[in-house]
Formats: sequence, structure tokens, C-alpha cells
Amino acid sequence: MGLLALFRRTPPSAHVAKERLRIIVQQERSARSGGPDYMPLLRRELLEVIRKYVNVDPAAVQINVEREDGQEVLEFSVALPEKAR
Amino acid sequence: MTEIIVVTSGKGGVGKTTTSASLACGLARRGKKVAVIDFDIGLRNLDLIMGCERRVVYDFVNVIQAECTLRQALIKDKRLETLFVLAASQTRDKDALSAEGVRRVFDELTAEGFDFIVCDSPAGIEKGAHLAMYFADRAVVVVNPEVSSVRDSDRILGLLSSKTLRAEQGNGQVKEHLLLTRYSPKRVATGEMMSVGDVKEILGLDVVGVVPESPDVLAASNAGVPVIFNDDSDVSRAYEDAVARLLGETVPLRFIEEPKKGFLARMFGG
Repeated sequence: MGLLALFRRTPPSAHVAKERLRIIVQQERSARSGGPDYMPLLRRELLEVIRKYVNVDPAAVQINVEREDGQEVLEFSVALPEKAR
Repeated sequence: MTEIIVVTSGKGGVGKTTTSASLACGLARRGKKVAVIDFDIGLRNLDLIMGCERRVVYDFVNVIQAECTLRQALIKDKRLETLFVLAASQTRDKDALSAEGVRRVFDELTAEGFDFIVCDSPAGIEKGAHLAMYFADRAVVVVNPEVSSVRDSDRILGLLSSKTLRAEQGNGQVKEHLLLTRYSPKRVATGEMMSVGDVKEILGLDVVGVVPESPDVLAASNAGVPVIFNDDSDVSRAYEDAVARLLGETVPLRFIEEPKKGFLARMFGG
């Protein structure tokens, strides 16, 4: 890269790609690996309940079922918007 | 023993046929007896990449429908004694392929003493792609370091672990390998492209090869000479390495870092 390039750098996007893929791949894997079929409905209803109190974005709600040592763990995370805090 | 390797990806245009051709040639260069089969019924292309398009008389579907013998349909490579190409049918509909027919062809290749059968899968997740992977012992999943390619290949991984003979019989897993193509170490260094480590982490696969982006690939397909024969090219060396890894050798990854530039070149953008 030349000197000029230092002044017109675009922000690197690879880490955005990786993060998006990490989430969607994990979601699609749990959906097809016989993840419980109530998951989409559970996700929607949980979202409705949360929205009674906080206006969160649908994309801010993550549900995953993970299997560890024969145990299934339902992992549920909600990123709250800045203003709600 | 005959080993069946499917070269697959889900997404089109990522380099399946280029990879199938070069891996088959690389295995044959090491003295293995190899058949490389085009499963893309209706869209024959492997023959062009292999440079034998004018020698196709009979194809895969002709063999399956018993309109010719397997020997008549196998095209012997002009460069390598132990390499044979089986072309896809150009005209028939996709239903011409059947699992039973494919099995008969594979059984016959096994009886003929082939070491490897390389199956060049069509894009997508339809019947051709399904049959290309169904009997596989191993899969080389070709991926570009780009979101849609990575996501599609993960769907293929799902199919490999459920819709194959091995999976159905509970006869162990199809061994899966990741082969990255169109890799640009320069863009990885600037953070514009996901790295081999990123893709490996997302998909959770062994890396069997990283092939750098290069004009040599187009030049090779223009000429009908698989790129692995271009001994001056990094692409060829990358495929040679992948072949070595498929044969169980331990070879460090190359071409994943940008060559270091001198001080002046860096200052003036050389």
C-alpha cells in the first residue's frame, strides 16, 4: 500500500462477515440437528413478552440449544437497546 | 480399496470443477488410478476443464442406461496414464441418474482396480448433488472466503452428515475437508476478507488446502489444461499440497500470507 492509501482507508469488513456467519450458521445448525421444532414459536412469543416492557429489535434476541456432556442447555440472550437502560 | 471423494460446495462458481480436475490429476501424477466423474447432468463442463471435450462419445448416463460399456465411456487422459474422465450427459434430463445406476458404475470401477473416484458435484442441493455425495467416503468442501459460500457449504455439511449411505447405515462419518479457493492474503491482511482461520472456526473443518486467487486459473481453463500442470503457479503448488494431505501427508499451509515487501515498495506502493 502506498502513502496515499493511508488516508483513504475503508473500514475492514471481514470481522462483520465472520460475526454474522457465526450467528446464522449456529442458528441453522441447531434448527436442523433436530433442535426442538418449537424454537421459532418460542422465539416469537418471548419476543412479544419482552416487547411489552422493552422495545428490542428482533435481531437482538438469540436462542440456541447447545448440547454439552449429554445435557441440553437452552441459551437465551437479549441485547437491550441503549436507551432502555 | 477404492476411495470415493466428492468435491462439493452448495454454491456455484466457487471452483468445484477446477478443484476436481486438479485433485484428480494430482492423484494420478502420484501413480494412483483415478476416475473423475462429472455429475452435473445437462451442464457438462469437466470435459472442457480437462481438455477432452472433443473426445466425448459416450457419457455417464449412457453407461447407467446400458447403452455402452463403462470402458467405452471412460476417456483416457492424454497426459496421465492412470487418469480417466467420465463426462456428464449434455441432453438428458436430471432424472436419468439413479442411485442404483451410480452404484453399479462405482462397483465396476472398484472391480477395475481404481484407487480413487473423484465426483465433481453440481451446485445446489438437488438430485445431482445428492447422488454425487451419496456414496462418498470423503468430501472436499470448496469454499470462497465470502458469506454466501460459507453459509451454503454449512448446509452441504448438514446433508453430508445425514443424506449419505454412510450416515444412513451408521457406518461412520463421511470425512469432511475444507478447501478454500480464491484466497487473497493481501485482502485478509487488510481485514477485507475472512481468513482461513475464520472460515475454519465457523465451519469446524480440517483444512485440506488454501488456493490463492490467481489469473492462472482462467488461463488454465482457457487452455483445457488443469491448473495443477502449471508448475510455475502458486495455484498448482497449493493443489499439490492438498493432494499430499489427502494422501495422509503432513504439509504446512502455504500462500496464506502476503509476501513481505521491501521498504521502498511499501512507501511507494510498488
